[in-house]
Amino acid sequence: MTVKREPFTTVSGPAAWLPKPNIDTDVIIRIERLTTLPRGELGPYGFESLRYRPDGSEDPDFVMNQPRFRRAPFLLAGENFGCGSSREGAVWALREMGVRCVIAPSFGDIFYSNCFQNGVLPIRLPADEVEAIGSLCRTGAPLKVDLERLRLEPPGQPPLSFTVDAQRREALLTGLDDIDRTLKDDDAIRAWQNADRAARPWVWSI
Amino acid sequence: MTARTLFDKLWDAHVVRDLGDGWALLHIDRHLLHDLSGPPALAEVAERGLGLHDARLVFATPDHAVSSQPGRVATTFPQGGKLHAALKSRSAAMNVRLFDLGEPGQGIVHVMGPELGIVLPGLTVICGDSHTCTNGGLGALAFGVGSSESTHALATQTLRMRKPRELRIRCEGRLGAGVTAKDLALHIIGKLGASAGVESVIEYTGPAIEALGVEGRLTLCNLSVELGARAGIVAPDQRTFDYLRGRPFAPTGEDFDRAVAHWRTLASDPDSQPDREEIIDASAVRATVTWGTSPEHALAIDANVPDPMDVREATQREALRAALDYMGLTAGQPIAGTPVDWVFIGSCANARLSDLRAAAEVARDRHVAPGVTAWVVPGSESVKRAAEAEGLHDVFLAAGFQWREPGCSMCVAANGERVPPGQRSVSTSNRNFVGRQGPGARTHLASPPMAAAAAIAGAIVDVAQVTGA
Repeated sequence: MTVKREPFTTVSGPAAWLPKPNIDTDVIIRIERLTTLPRGELGPYGFESLRYRPDGSEDPDFVMNQPRFRRAPFLLAGENFGCGSSREGAVWALREMGVRCVIAPSFGDIFYSNCFQNGVLPIRLPADEVEAIGSLCRTGAPLKVDLERLRLEPPGQPPLSFTVDAQRREALLTGLDDIDRTLKDDDAIRAWQNADRAARPWVWSI
Repeated sequence: MTARTLFDKLWDAHVVRDLGDGWALLHIDRHLLHDLSGPPALAEVAERGLGLHDARLVFATPDHAVSSQPGRVATTFPQGGKLHAALKSRSAAMNVRLFDLGEPGQGIVHVMGPELGIVLPGLTVICGDSHTCTNGGLGALAFGVGSSESTHALATQTLRMRKPRELRIRCEGRLGAGVTAKDLALHIIGKLGASAGVESVIEYTGPAIEALGVEGRLTLCNLSVELGARAGIVAPDQRTFDYLRGRPFAPTGEDFDRAVAHWRTLASDPDSQPDREEIIDASAVRATVTWGTSPEHALAIDANVPDPMDVREATQREALRAALDYMGLTAGQPIAGTPVDWVFIGSCANARLSDLRAAAEVARDRHVAPGVTAWVVPGSESVKRAAEAEGLHDVFLAAGFQWREPGCSMCVAANGERVPPGQRSVSTSNRNFVGRQGPGARTHLASPPMAAAAAIAGAIVDVAQVTGA
């Protein structure tokens, strides 16, 4: 069965700016939401502890509660965004909130990989560039990303270039599924396993 | 041939195919599943009409969403009961070996893997859990993955991966008396920062690491992800081999000897170069606790909480202020003496037999302070039984601690077990994130003896003051 995901080419729209460093995946989505809710119903609970007051009402100071950023496709974040737990639900929640592209100086490694698995583009940019884009987009003016040309177009400014790993870029652009690609190499996998059974029998006598 | 690091050797040995641009199709030797991330990954494989590529290499146990209440059953926490049932039925249908509640082998997935000898030196090990890096303490290349990658590995027994960079952390000198692997880990994170290991695999080396027991190495590697790293590794040595000999799934007889001969080659070549190296003076590490909402907010027990006004950069200053506010602390106050409401001794960081022994030594013939709720949650059924065989449960119960059933419990709060809002906990777990132990919970990370000492004193305290050592 061939699985095709929604390809990522260009995205444009408002960019919400959340400059706090070390925002972990527990803050992006609480574990209890993942034990009680299916995928597809997580959006209202993204950033729960930042988004709502203790009485359950929305905190108007949280950037993604402001009308112009409510369905912003871009999230501008601080250092080490998505650190902590491997929960892929963190990316699902962001995606369900409308986020397609996260731009930060650095990311938690597992979160970074999980983004690509779900059609979300994470872009690493130096902190001063993230901040500059954040200032330019504060009014809700649209940011645009073009993955084909590796260009970011901030409002009213010349485009910036960014880099992303060539294989990951290709996978996002085509929407091809990794399992399908890998199973084309199944002969090589089985040959490797047969050789390893001879070289390291203790790995296999289990 | 060029000199290679341990990480190079582990990586190279598992490359099925070079995919170009630094990418490889990497063979996965062991895949561990738990009740939270396991069922959806197994379900997706089935829904796609695929089977497990190698069911013999996959092992499962419920840990995240099970109750730790004494006498618990699968449905004691009802929501977890559904996840447990899903893990059990999917595992049975797909021939995955499962260690169920009450059976030796059940436990926190990163405790049971090494304990059963499922994890061995030189293996690649994954689990849908970021603390899979724990297993690096045995010299395995072990890392957490999301559910998509877990599904990929179940269907293909491989991952498509780009080789991470390598950070070597050399720990010179020796840890002082009463200073544990947990103190060392928190000290390193405090010094290097929570993103020091991003995009990297860490190898811990040096005399302080060689002197650590295997369980201490597992604790140290467990906190690698709190440095931002994908994995942490310690080269296997005689201590590792001795630890593994006789474990249920470890090789036996000639197979064991042959394995050991191979494992002895798993060390960085003397002239090998990591991408980056940091040196830590282990002899300078004190009993360490965290004060804030990131593991990098670590302090020696006699230090003061930082003052945001001392930080020039606005975002960092604001982050410190928010952390102080969440934790209910005042800038510049001593961390020692802060009253606590809860103590949690457990988790994949610190719930092995040696951890419980160290905590019990502090608890013995003392009593938990009035107003403090203190829990001991063994890391696995086997740890629980071993601890009971030497009477540790009696020590804890006599001291006023609760002695509970194995699981993740209050480290992850996915099982109905939470620290109430606004209450302060000293926890031997690995994450002090906002809301980690429950919405509004205030978590201070510490070693098992330090946590036990906090329970006795009713406040954050240097364990040496409680024991008079």
